Amino acid sequence: MNVIEVNSLSKSFGKTKALDSVSFSVEQGELFGLIGPDGAGKTTLFRLLTTLLNPDEGTAKIEGLDIVKDYIKIRSRVGYMPGRFSLYPDLTVEENLTFFASLFGVKVKDSYDLVAPIYKQIEPFKKRQARNLSGGMKQKLALSCALIHHPGVLFLDEPTTGIDALSRSELWDMLKSLKTKGITILVSTPYMDEAFLCDRIALCNEGRILGIDTPPGIIGKFDSQLYTISADNMFALLGAARKIEGVLECYPFGQTHHLVADERFNEEHFREKLEYLGNLTLIPTEPTIEDVFMNLMKK
Amino acid sequence: MSDIVISVRNLTKRFGNFTAVNDISFDVYRGEIFGFLGANGAGKTTAMRMLSGLSYPTSGSGTVAGFDIMREGEMIKRHIGYMSQRFSLYNNLTVAENITLFAGIYGLSKQTTEERRDQLLAQLKFSSERDTLVGALPLGWKQKLAFAIAGVHSPEVVFLDEPTGGVDPVTRRQFWEMIYEAAEGGTTIFVTTHYMDEAEYCSRVSIMVDGEVRALNTPTRLKQQFNAGSMDEVFRSLARDAIRGELLI
Repeated sequence: MNVIEVNSLSKSFGKTKALDSVSFSVEQGELFGLIGPDGAGKTTLFRLLTTLLNPDEGTAKIEGLDIVKDYIKIRSRVGYMPGRFSLYPDLTVEENLTFFASLFGVKVKDSYDLVAPIYKQIEPFKKRQARNLSGGMKQKLALSCALIHHPGVLFLDEPTTGIDALSRSELWDMLKSLKTKGITILVSTPYMDEAFLCDRIALCNEGRILGIDTPPGIIGKFDSQLYTISADNMFALLGAARKIEGVLECYPFGQTHHLVADERFNEEHFREKLEYLGNLTLIPTEPTIEDVFMNLMKK
Repeated sequence: MSDIVISVRNLTKRFGNFTAVNDISFDVYRGEIFGFLGANGAGKTTAMRMLSGLSYPTSGSGTVAGFDIMREGEMIKRHIGYMSQRFSLYNNLTVAENITLFAGIYGLSKQTTEERRDQLLAQLKFSSERDTLVGALPLGWKQKLAFAIAGVHSPEVVFLDEPTGGVDPVTRRQFWEMIYEAAEGGTTIFVTTHYMDEAEYCSRVSIMVDGEVRALNTPTRLKQQFNAGSMDEVFRSLARDAIRGELLI
């Protein structure tokens, strides 16, 4: 069964088309990722699906309930963690949790089994005001509060933005374990390398979806030849490589550059032409999600 | 001119009983792209503030762009460039006005200001946007402009604090190309980031844990040293040992 169903959803703010006819669906118990930069429309989509905004066009259903007609029912069925820290900074950790429980008319102890694995990590600081928590701890508290009413669907808007790599990997571990409890999760992130932690992903840019698939399926959409190249003078290599026949793109990729080529590209010719840059290497490479994203952006 | 642009020895900063930065020493060379990494709460921001003349160390010594870190904070501020993660230009001024404003703040003469302004606009291919309000530019363009403006007074070193958060991959690469170009021209780049793949763009990378620099080397050597496949693994194996991390207020 599809827990989330989105059909041609559009939303504009003045002249800005934040979402442009977006469609996708998420199955029961799936961990679905929206991957894209700022301005992709991720937050607008979350606000529509959590019934905080109405769409201009299109429809969407959460657990079979319509986001416009059935908004009151939806609100008690979903947990939402906005991108901006939205707990009460002057309440303690414990007070925040109790407050959110009472908003939803539940007792903390009723859903404690679900919240405990996360909340236990911050429980030693339960008397501390939320404002005095570190970034990673704030996220854990926000996630606890979003789960306190035992939602069937969890919406997480950029939960890993601005927190360090270790806290990020802890957060993904938590999501994986929530998934095993049957909770459907829609999560957004600007970090492309987090795509592989999702069951399926949608690559989003400027209000549109560029592609939807499993992470390996998305990789399979890359339709050109990709190489990793390097030389002693990396900066000169960038400019020189772009002038070689058959080179569609050449861009920095960590310590190396990635080169996208079409059928006109000849490895021998490339080596001969650019040998002078010193220690030239040219190695066929599997694309990453970022390569695919850039490839799809150009279409 | 010396080939060492930043040199610090035993730099320490205490706030009351708390030692935010504990006895760090390193050199950064001209034209280097130096990555400055650390977990949340490791002391990165405190260290950056000392290096950019915004706060004085409790003890230690060092120079930035030839000025004494213990006494010449004001001179350091004038001779470095700084771009923060929060977009710091004025949205209600045009592209050209923003450049002129920052050139004025750094004390450039009227003539130099005009020359630099035209030069930057041409470099950025922004000449057609010179009278556009900065608020109306896409995020990626704003960041490129902010980087160019951080270098308006031709500083020896530019500090970039998480420059590419939330930017699409194409723009992010164009941004790194600008950084490469600046480094190639002899500008030293000191950059913090949470993107571990970006650490791989740096000439050398230092990683702070609990107020100390626990690792400093080229990305290749760090990966060898920690027997890791990526900088992400290197970072995590170091950050996992952090004692204070989450305990820090």
